[in-house]
Amino acid sequence: MDLSVIYRNLDFLLSQGLLGIGGFVGGTLRLAFPAMLLGFVLGIFVGLARLARSRWLRIPATIYVEFFRGVPLVMVIFWFWFILPVLLRTALPEYGVALMAFVVFEAAYIGEIVRAGIQSVPRGQVEAATSAGLSSPQTMGYVVLPQALRNMIPALLTQFIVLFKDTSLASIIGYVDLTKAAQIVNNREIRPFELYLFIAVVYWLCAYGMSRYARHLERRLAPA
Amino acid sequence: MSYHFTWSVLWSGQSGQWLLQGIITTLEISILAWLLAVALGILSGALRTVPVAPLRAVATAYVEFFRNVPLLVWMFFWYFAAPPLLPEAAREWLFDHGAEFWAATLALGVYHGARFSEVIRAGIQSIPKTQFEAGISTGLSTAQVYRLIIIPVALRLIIPPATNESLNLLKNSSVALTIGVAELTFQTRQIETYTAKAFEALAAGTVIYLALCVTIAFVMARVERRFAIPGMIARAGSAG
Repeated sequence: MDLSVIYRNLDFLLSQGLLGIGGFVGGTLRLAFPAMLLGFVLGIFVGLARLARSRWLRIPATIYVEFFRGVPLVMVIFWFWFILPVLLRTALPEYGVALMAFVVFEAAYIGEIVRAGIQSVPRGQVEAATSAGLSSPQTMGYVVLPQALRNMIPALLTQFIVLFKDTSLASIIGYVDLTKAAQIVNNREIRPFELYLFIAVVYWLCAYGMSRYARHLERRLAPA
Repeated sequence: MSYHFTWSVLWSGQSGQWLLQGIITTLEISILAWLLAVALGILSGALRTVPVAPLRAVATAYVEFFRNVPLLVWMFFWYFAAPPLLPEAAREWLFDHGAEFWAATLALGVYHGARFSEVIRAGIQSIPKTQFEAGISTGLSTAQVYRLIIIPVALRLIIPPATNESLNLLKNSSVALTIGVAELTFQTRQIETYTAKAFEALAAGTVIYLALCVTIAFVMARVERRFAIPGMIARAGSAG
């Protein structure tokens, strides 16, 4: 055990690898936060489309969700990595590819969370809103979604933890996240035990901290 | 778009053989890891519900430790970091006998064992406490109550979330390509490298994964119906 290798490369591992401040466009959190935010926005549409009355919305949304939940994330990342440059006819940086892959992939899972959240709102709420004279979009926007969002918060946080861990897979297309940063340092220092243990601890602290917070929220938000 | 589809790359040359080998390796690694994960999951999931605090603490530590670190990091850890700790002879033997395969199986099994544990714990906790008490009062020991009553019932209750978790395991076996295991995603990339036909190669891999997932989901839905316990709703919470 030679922990000085960690100490010597601490700045690179944490500011470049974890946060994304440094010479490379990278960083675990710099990928995880926008991916979650955009994935959530797309996921709301997916979830709503899954519940739509029109089958022209419902069936494509169902196919979308079932497709991305049936394919490994590694495969999705490779799809975007090889296909996006062909479609867009221009080279794309790793960050763009990884971000798009994660947004599209996460939206399928978040869509299911949104759907479950909307379905958890009692039917009487919709009926009450309708009889108060609200239109269908108003009912969704003012009555159902605000309550559904509250119910979704613990599941969304859990999904964010999954996403946070999954961003390590962006390293396979060369995106410099925490895992790739450890690989880069290891290529120079050849200290795999210390380095991989160190990043495991960093991932663990972040994920475990968030999961404790999710459990706390779950208890606090649980309907009395 | 100027892309020319050449689907014949999938059956000309060695591609077909590569895909087949990829499927076999994916299934091998998934089945072995699944057995390990289920064994670890049942053991630690049951231990998390027993009335003995130190046993609960050990099982909780296992689950929280392994499931909060990315699978990819565990793959690297078991493949690059753990072998140098072994004695020289054991290490050489391992690297002559497909170390990457065993490291990937171990990483996948131990990681998903922690996730199975949560599913099984939820299943056990959904069984009414009176079942446990009735078992004890008929003269069974705690271990017997678990072995003969609690775990058999829990296993039947958790089929839907356990199926979900098993599919996750199958899909996650693709992460093994990062340490050089020639599984399905690896072979897909190999075809892409040799033929420069990314779309066709990825489509083949994707369709195979979807087919495997759909088949397993279909079989497990039948198993669930076959083993459903009359009068009990067969949903015992989902994986965290």
